[in-house]
Amino acid sequence: MMLIHCPYCEEKRPEIEFAYAGEAHIHRPVKDADDMTDEEWSHFMFLRDNKRGDHAERWWHANGCNMFFNAVRNTVTDKFLVTYKMGELPPKASASNAKLPAAKKTGGAK
Amino acid sequence: MSAFRKPGRGAVNTAVSVNFTFDGKKYTGVKGDTLASALIANGVHLMGRSFKYHRPRGPVGAGSEEPNALVVVDRGTGRESVNLRATSVEIFDGMVARSQNSFPNLKFDIGAFNNTFSLFFPAGFYNKTFMWPKSFWDKVYEPFIRNMAGLGPAPTAVDPDSYASSYGHCEVLIVGGGPAGIAAALQAAKSGERVILVDERVKIGGSLIDAPNCEIDGKPAADWLAAAVKTLGKAANVTVMNRTTAIGYYHDNFVALNQRLTDHIANPKDGAPREETHRIRAGKVILAQGAIERPLVFNGNDVPGVMLAGAGQTFLNRYGVAVGHEVAVFTSHDSAYQAAFDLADANIRIPVIIDVRDDIRADLRAEAERRGIDIAAGQVVSKTSGKLRITGLEIYDPQSGAKRTVKCDALLMSGGWTPSLHLWSHSKGGIKWDADMAAYVPDVANENAVCAGACNGDFGIAAALTGGNKAAGGRKSYSVTERDFGTGVTLDSLPNYIKDTKQKAFVDFQNDVTEKDIKLAVREGFKSIEHVKRYTTNGMATDQGKTSNLNALQIASKAVDKPVEKVGLTTFRPPYTPTTFAALIGHCEGKLFDVKRVTPIDPWARERGAVYEPVGNWMRARYFPQEGEDMHAAVRRECVATRESLGIFDASTLGKIEVVGPDAAKFMNLIYSNPWSSLKVGGCRYGLMLNEAGFIYDDGVVGRMAEDRFHVTTTTGGAPRVFRHMEDYLQTEFTDLDVWLTSATEQWSVIALNGPNARKLIEPFVDGIDLSPESFGHMQVRTGKICGVETRLFRVSFSGELGFEINVPSHFGRAVWETLFEAGQPYDITPYGTETMHVLRAEKGFIIVGQDTDGTVTPHDAGLSWAVSKKKKDFVGRRSLKRSDLVAQGRKQLVGLLPEDDSVLLEEGAQIVADPNQALPMTMLGHVTSSYYSDALGRPIAMALVADGFNLNDQTLYVPMPGKTHAVKVTGTAFYDPKGERLNVV
Repeated sequence: MMLIHCPYCEEKRPEIEFAYAGEAHIHRPVKDADDMTDEEWSHFMFLRDNKRGDHAERWWHANGCNMFFNAVRNTVTDKFLVTYKMGELPPKASASNAKLPAAKKTGGAK
Repeated sequence: MSAFRKPGRGAVNTAVSVNFTFDGKKYTGVKGDTLASALIANGVHLMGRSFKYHRPRGPVGAGSEEPNALVVVDRGTGRESVNLRATSVEIFDGMVARSQNSFPNLKFDIGAFNNTFSLFFPAGFYNKTFMWPKSFWDKVYEPFIRNMAGLGPAPTAVDPDSYASSYGHCEVLIVGGGPAGIAAALQAAKSGERVILVDERVKIGGSLIDAPNCEIDGKPAADWLAAAVKTLGKAANVTVMNRTTAIGYYHDNFVALNQRLTDHIANPKDGAPREETHRIRAGKVILAQGAIERPLVFNGNDVPGVMLAGAGQTFLNRYGVAVGHEVAVFTSHDSAYQAAFDLADANIRIPVIIDVRDDIRADLRAEAERRGIDIAAGQVVSKTSGKLRITGLEIYDPQSGAKRTVKCDALLMSGGWTPSLHLWSHSKGGIKWDADMAAYVPDVANENAVCAGACNGDFGIAAALTGGNKAAGGRKSYSVTERDFGTGVTLDSLPNYIKDTKQKAFVDFQNDVTEKDIKLAVREGFKSIEHVKRYTTNGMATDQGKTSNLNALQIASKAVDKPVEKVGLTTFRPPYTPTTFAALIGHCEGKLFDVKRVTPIDPWARERGAVYEPVGNWMRARYFPQEGEDMHAAVRRECVATRESLGIFDASTLGKIEVVGPDAAKFMNLIYSNPWSSLKVGGCRYGLMLNEAGFIYDDGVVGRMAEDRFHVTTTTGGAPRVFRHMEDYLQTEFTDLDVWLTSATEQWSVIALNGPNARKLIEPFVDGIDLSPESFGHMQVRTGKICGVETRLFRVSFSGELGFEINVPSHFGRAVWETLFEAGQPYDITPYGTETMHVLRAEKGFIIVGQDTDGTVTPHDAGLSWAVSKKKKDFVGRRSLKRSDLVAQGRKQLVGLLPEDDSVLLEEGAQIVADPNQALPMTMLGHVTSSYYSDALGRPIAMALVADGFNLNDQTLYVPMPGKTHAVKVTGTAFYDPKGERLNVV
């Protein structure tokens, strides 16, 4: 059972307190949504990177502080490289940040 | 004392005898014996029958790696423990043990005809043979295979024992209490940090007990060990756990320990937990698991009496038992000489040491000569004799071609040693192939873990002690006088100079895999070791190939002509040794199996004899049967009473979320598909929630308590996910909104009153609310008091009748309920359950999310287009609703169905077709989602999702059900009082 660092609680807590919440830094289109083709909309709605390697993803401290936060986890080693607050970009100091996805400009961070 | 017991030898107490039975026969052992050592002391090696061929088998090992000697220990009904390794089972007075997989008895086993026909049972036999006819799979082949290829029979009664479970933390966890583990613990203890040392055996000591012929820091091993045990016992920061197996190593140094607490006790205290699972989070893990000896693969290597050299040594030194009177030794490794010398020094005759190597170390030769032991160098055992016990062997000299036979009653073998990498590999630590040792050794760590001693490839006591000390951060070097552990050669299988088809060379003893099976698998195209494993089942038995995997790997590697490291290694998986399910379950059984949520009104319903159904984690009253009533009769009575006068229903399980803040209405607009800005304070609205894909996610009535406060209700089962869904959007998308969400499900008890007399009943009890229809209309909410208690009073209806949902603080729920129930007697107030609630709502065509919808249903599909705002610029699901698939014609839509035969109740889930006479497979149009008998309508009704359903109104469709196909007419879903006039009771 992993230990996950909650950036809001500022401590490592057991994995059972958390729930996975999908890929991070996906921009939810609002104003331009009506102008998007179904194909374009499907990229937001359904298509995910399913990356092998460092993966930016969202976690929810469900049985803890109830906050959603971001994390970079390596999907091969299943190790967390860094966790950071919602709305923040992946810290540059994180290990192997060269491989991180370029965070898209976004108001929110879903 | 039996002739096989060696007085003065072993760490057992020969003064205390222990009586037990094995297969009904009485035996006597001594305190400290395992079942295996006690039986061997009685001259018994035959302890079981093999899995596939039912071959007679005796113990190969002396510890938990044992593949053969699997037994049942029977402590009474529900307490039959099966597949236990006789080499690990401690005997107690009165123990009843049995062999497995033999009928009618161990010495004469009918199943052994498999052995006679074993020519026809090669690798993959089952896959190749039991293929057709298909109809034989369930009825003939599987029962046959299961009967023949059995391990111990699982007990059928409930296990009456209890099992404990706990969490623990330490800075240093040491797995394995041999010299390496002990040295590590001694060093770690000095730091003052919390140290846990676990060992699966009764006593810590490991090879210091099994092979005690050495001196440490000038003291005999036994004395040094006793001092170390004392030191560790005194250290307040050190916990030594014996009879404890580290079964699995998980992320971030989370290690599961299985501790056996009472299995060794004749009469455990009532209620004492039998086992305990410890979940330990360790700062650092030191693995000192040691190494497991490898059998040699030669013809006839599975006859009882053939065992690992180290096991023979352990039986002598730990248990004081001679494995035979004339014990031959067959080896490719120096270490077996030490076993031979120990046995010889205990006056056991060693007729010969057969060594596959030509060059034998001079000191070993001299020591053997001194003891009068003959060495057959550069020779092999080409066959063995004896069926139920080895009686002799044939030695073959490949140089001269000469053969000779030697009599023996036991044969010790050694094919070298395999470092135990099990837990290291669980932790995803890297491994590398050491060609000299012909074994995998630890490489780069993945966790804060380190290996020490033999599991690190460092053999010998000195290396173990130094390695253990170093692993714990020490720099001590121990002065050890010991016999050189030495080296060896490892062979895949021994060259079969003698073509003898009658004897087999076994690799995996428990699953009866021979070297020929592995070669056959390779010939048939299985090149990956993972495939070879699954095809031959090598390493897939309960011992998980502890003694066999490396031999199998080497045979396969030679057969595919690739170096071992290119062939790979099968994955190590927890648990390290077989573990009872009960230990993993711990306390979580029976009432503690899962959370059971009950409402404050629940005890009342229970007293009334309500029948319950689970809804999510809730237990809800389904109906309240009166004497002689079945569910159907009770539900009909409850429905009629509610429609005609008054029904009372516990709706406390409804999910409730308080949405509060200056931007509460804005948030509601975004999270629900319908509009909220226009809802006035005191008003209620049906809320429809979609997910981003545009499908119905949840629904419920929402009341606006204040400009900045909404009382949201959700479905009973949906509350947690709705809350998460709301929090997710609030925290990550609508981050500029000033809103708080609070789960309030358990803060309110909800009493639903439905029926024409609902208002009359509550009128005398309500303060501060004008209940008149003019002032308090349908879909309104008021705050005030009822029975003197604060209330949020909703005028809503999920039944089509005049209805109120009375929210009171939870702890007043039952009191208010009882007061109203008492006062309702003049109206024949009738408590009803979820089943009646379902019938009443279905008569009105109200949907249940999750029953009438399934995650692919849009608001339009469900006939709820009216609940989707056309004006709002954004809400969750808005854009997806325009997707071409979601606006396409012919989607499945929610319609009503009326069976033509009004005595027929359609089955929920039944499929619907247009033409019952079409060819199979029929085109299915949809399925029945809800189906009830309606008393109000005097007929059965149903709802269904049907392709293009809205365009099929009044048409006839067919529902094939077991026995008969039923014609149904498609209708709308508002079956009863479609105009809602019944709400207007004055």
